[in-house]
Amino acid sequence: MVVQEKVTATAKPATGVVILRKAVQIFGELLITAGIVLLLFVAWQLWWTNVESDAKQTAAVKDFARDLGGPVTPGPTPTATGGTAAAVPKDYGAPVVGEAPGHGGTIGIIYIPRFGENYTRPIVEGTSADVLDTLGLGHYGNTAMPGAVGNFAVAGHRQTHGAVLDNIHTLVPGDKIYVQTRDGYYVYVFRNNRIVLPTEADVLLPVPNQPGVRPTERLLTMTSCNPRFGSEERIIAYSVLDHWQPASAGPPDEIAAQVARARGEG
Amino acid sequence: MYGWIFRHLPGPLWLRVLTSLVLVAGALFLMVEFLFPWMSQFTQFTDSTIGAPKNP
Repeated sequence: MVVQEKVTATAKPATGVVILRKAVQIFGELLITAGIVLLLFVAWQLWWTNVESDAKQTAAVKDFARDLGGPVTPGPTPTATGGTAAAVPKDYGAPVVGEAPGHGGTIGIIYIPRFGENYTRPIVEGTSADVLDTLGLGHYGNTAMPGAVGNFAVAGHRQTHGAVLDNIHTLVPGDKIYVQTRDGYYVYVFRNNRIVLPTEADVLLPVPNQPGVRPTERLLTMTSCNPRFGSEERIIAYSVLDHWQPASAGPPDEIAAQVARARGEG
Repeated sequence: MYGWIFRHLPGPLWLRVLTSLVLVAGALFLMVEFLFPWMSQFTQFTDSTIGAPKNP
């Protein structure tokens, strides 16, 4: 400011020059502002959306878990069929398949120990942005429900908005994936993943990539974007149902602590 | 531009500093609430669905 006064005192520039200087200054400040806004946007998308979504997803899990029945301790309860507790997963017959809730309704909770022992996320009906951006895993409405013969398919963000499937590439064949619904626990075992183009919707078919074939397996398909910070491709993770157990039988051993925590009893 | 705004804020220096902090906070809030969610539709790396994502 002092410098400016000195300049104007010694040699007054023409008004045109003054206006031009002002215009250049304002333009420069606007450019700097735009740069800062873009940086803030990157921070918002890569960091803040995760903070927001994590809070909303934790709340959704809690809301859903509160209404669930059944014990939170593993092992067959006295009311379960038969008295002999088997060491291997007990056969409870064909899995019960629930009804799909309306758009935005919570189907269940997914536990993936490979993603960390605190990995507890809701599965919500629908794959539109309002579901995926806040609630994490979204169920493709035109695919099967958990436990059904066919393809139970869900989508989730690789980055931003909770980054629910950030570690999808770390799954190893044999990894267990647990889906808990009102009816019980569905234990899926990871089989393989594929990287495909975003247009390859056939991965969601009852028998993936085989239109018109009658399904015999009970699949869980997870889709997310690939590479981790891009969306040129999609990464698809297939898992097959290993067994299921009703809510009355309690949770499987591996996730018992998490189930109790989700219920607020741990 | 920002210098001009700062010079035209009323009150003593400490009040003007305080006012500008509030203005910055307000701008930040508006960006997070409205501008950034709108901008995010133009970034591509958040699309995790396959096929026709508009389907229910």
